[in-house]
Amino acid sequence: MSDQGLGASVARKEDRRFLLGKGRYTDDVTLPNQSYAVFVRSPHANAAIRSIDARQALAAPGVLAVLTGEDAAADDLGGIPCGWTITSKDGSKMVAPPHPALVKGKARHTGDPVAMVIAETRAQAKDAAQLVEVDYDPQPAVAHLNAAVANGAPQVWDEAPGNVCFDWHLGDAAATDAEFAKAERVVAIDLTNNRVAPNAIEPRAANGYYDDVEDRYTLYTTSQNPHLTRLLLAAYTLKVPEQKLRVVAPDVGGGFGSKIFHYAEELLVLWASKKVGHPVKWTSDRSEAFLSDAHGRDHVTHAELALTADGKFRALSVRTLANMGAYLSTFAPAIPTYLHATLLSGPYVIPAIYAEVKAIFTHTVPVDAVRGAGRPEATYLLERLVDKAARELGIDRVEIRRKNLIQPDQFPYQTPVALQYDVGDYPATLDMALQAIDYGKFAERKAESEQRGKLRGFGISTYIEACGIAPSALVGALGAGAGLYEAATVRVHPTGSVTVFTGSHSHGQGHETTFAQLVNERLGIPIENIEIVHGDTDRIPFGMGTYGSRSAAVGGSAIYKAVDKIVDKGKKIAAHLLEANVADVEFEDGKYRVAGTDREKTFGEVAFTAYVPHNYPIDTVEPGLEDSAFYDPKNFTFPGGCHLVEVEVDPETGVVEVVDVAIADDVGVIINPMIVDGQAHGGLAHGIGQALLEECVYDTEGQLLSGSFMSYTMPRAADLPSFKVGNHVTACTHNPTGIKGVGEVGAIGVPPAVINAVLDALAPLGVTHLDMPATPEKVWRAIQAAQGGAA
Amino acid sequence: MATISLKVNEKSHVVDVEARTLLVELLREHLRLTGTHVGCDTSQCGACTVWVDGKSVKSCAMLAVEADGAAVTTIEGLSGNGKLHPMQTAFHTCHGLQCGFCTPGMVMRATELIQRNPNPTEDEVRHGLEGNLCRCTGYHNIVKAVLTAAETVRGGAQ
Ligand code: FES
Ligand code: FES
Repeated sequence: MSDQGLGASVARKEDRRFLLGKGRYTDDVTLPNQSYAVFVRSPHANAAIRSIDARQALAAPGVLAVLTGEDAAADDLGGIPCGWTITSKDGSKMVAPPHPALVKGKARHTGDPVAMVIAETRAQAKDAAQLVEVDYDPQPAVAHLNAAVANGAPQVWDEAPGNVCFDWHLGDAAATDAEFAKAERVVAIDLTNNRVAPNAIEPRAANGYYDDVEDRYTLYTTSQNPHLTRLLLAAYTLKVPEQKLRVVAPDVGGGFGSKIFHYAEELLVLWASKKVGHPVKWTSDRSEAFLSDAHGRDHVTHAELALTADGKFRALSVRTLANMGAYLSTFAPAIPTYLHATLLSGPYVIPAIYAEVKAIFTHTVPVDAVRGAGRPEATYLLERLVDKAARELGIDRVEIRRKNLIQPDQFPYQTPVALQYDVGDYPATLDMALQAIDYGKFAERKAESEQRGKLRGFGISTYIEACGIAPSALVGALGAGAGLYEAATVRVHPTGSVTVFTGSHSHGQGHETTFAQLVNERLGIPIENIEIVHGDTDRIPFGMGTYGSRSAAVGGSAIYKAVDKIVDKGKKIAAHLLEANVADVEFEDGKYRVAGTDREKTFGEVAFTAYVPHNYPIDTVEPGLEDSAFYDPKNFTFPGGCHLVEVEVDPETGVVEVVDVAIADDVGVIINPMIVDGQAHGGLAHGIGQALLEECVYDTEGQLLSGSFMSYTMPRAADLPSFKVGNHVTACTHNPTGIKGVGEVGAIGVPPAVINAVLDALAPLGVTHLDMPATPEKVWRAIQAAQGGAA
Repeated sequence: MATISLKVNEKSHVVDVEARTLLVELLREHLRLTGTHVGCDTSQCGACTVWVDGKSVKSCAMLAVEADGAAVTTIEGLSGNGKLHPMQTAFHTCHGLQCGFCTPGMVMRATELIQRNPNPTEDEVRHGLEGNLCRCTGYHNIVKAVLTAAETVRGGAQ
């Protein structure tokens, strides 16, 4: 094996440009005659728009245009489509209301775009936006789930009575009821999963340019999937054929889901560019991002677990309300359904499961995928419920999990909620994590904390997730509007260096390094001689992009498949050069060899011959050495593991400090351990942020109260400890790489471990319940309430 | 409009700016030094961190006219001639960056931090970086990089 192939922690190839300040992010792209767009956004959560008076704005210095929903409608701009259709219990399709790029007549959440001002400079556009006079007629709004389903609640859409988008279910209700009817013990819990903002540190941006000579559009955009954006622009919104559209997602400063979706601004800058005859650039402010990036989570759930008296799980029943916001974002309906309810078996044997999910419209920003997307919600409710069951039944929290884990010899394991897990070893990751945190000495540490006046708690979560999304036929049957394969082209140059064109997109994941390592593993070419190209629809044949921890498992497998074809073609060329039968030629360590002999040709010699085919099997083999592959996954991949957290709570102030985090994950085969650990670290910070700090808070009028970094608390360096990260590998059985995926495990596994630890710390004070985020105020109030109740 | 003169990365500039122009806008839009980033509008993220007369400053929280006469250093000028400063090298070897967006600000802040405190503890590094947000790394490897760079610089000074 080479020292740059699978398993090598090589430093990243892409780092240099970022470290020197030479990255090229969307806002860094300034085109000749650049103009700038600023949006006028609704300050009301629900308001009729009586009129828009743009005269003063149009007269302001530098202003090129003020465009409104009327203009968009006049030009027949398409609305933003939703890419997934859910069918309700009763067989009806979900309600999919129109989602205009610029609203006309009515705004449905604070931040809904009402007008677009374009000027020669950003400052001029900002000034002029202040001068656009919009006459609003504010109406009652509803932001919260329980309020939205109450009788007489303001209605977001006439076509969605009761604000219900869909009412869906999964699993066997009768079997579940039967288990509950005879259950020895039943444990119930009511939970919320807090609404979060994605907050990639790079705000979204889009720069659109219409070339009237070539009659062609170019869009620079902060996207995780430029081809998907091009597809939606072509088919639904701009309605211009693909060959007239180039979408470039250059360096992108983090995504976490928020940059998957096709957003109105991408369409509008292209449209506006044609109208004003300049490239048009829009860059989101952070406060604008809070009002326009899709949010995540926002569930209210009631769940019940049926158990035997000795703690064996028998059945699970879950009822969830999921907030969709005012419009359906690209993947929104899939998140609380097929990425949530299907995960409810977790790593456990649960003979019967039934889940009902009602998706609800509110006058809030659309809700869609944020790192983990549905799986954190499932894991959180299950792991909270399991902890509660352990307490009520008087069973140790580690032991109740151990007792119910799917055992290694039970794979493939069919859950009652549609998924079939291919492989895993959950007891191994449980033991590995317990050892890493030195669980046996917890009591000593607790006593030591107590001496300092701190309450120490231990929290555990054993989890699985489903990623590497996803088999196209399966997701099609479940309502997806797209396939979820990935594409790759591998071009071997005459002198033996390689360019890979991948449909995956790297916005921090390090593909320029890890994908080169994959090629190195197969062809033996040094990674310095391998370039990975991503993010430009003019250069890359096709792609579905990066989300759902799919790039290494699906995108990497596409590269493997393309390399297979190259290796096979090379065999024919080598056989000719070696005057041997193709069947006798082997490829190993970068060399073609006649089996059982020392006659060989290097890969470089074969590549050169492919382009200089003087001595060549020209009748049967074409010159050149380049091939493409589309890889469609056969199943989801199922990373899993165990996350452990220790916290110290100050009972006087309610401040929670995370003092130790130890995790053991099984993310399948690892390309670059350093990068895999880094992905886990980032996910952990994200998950701890959700558990302790982060929340999008709406008031009852639909105003977002936490709409900037002043009021929305992001995790900072001093809020976190260093992390202990371990891996136990079982290889994915159904893809050629054995990779499962790692990008989301931290955000999925750790939130319940944090809250379970806080509740463990507070148990002596009588606190039995907390919702995320466990802020000092909330913890302090819970302590006061419990103590007051006891007094 | 005001005319200001300042040095940026050792190079002298005389520029006309509006009174409201922020230092970060001057750097990014007038001088096209796009290594300095903007991640927020409330001076909270630190992506825009540069040095003004050797002290780290959030360039979104300073007017360009306030930098009249000052010497500004941005990420592009931290080391020069395409070489990496030990802090940049440590970020590379410790995997202290993922998407790279927070990185210029982090590196500028961290470099100043170890200049002031050449032998910081992990806790001091974590508190020293409190003005800089990263969504990708969970800070784990950033902290490791800063400690590593401090060690390298200390070693070199001996
Ligand atoms: S841009 Fe966020 S602190 Fe300056
Ligand atoms: S590396 Fe992406 S925000 Fe820090």
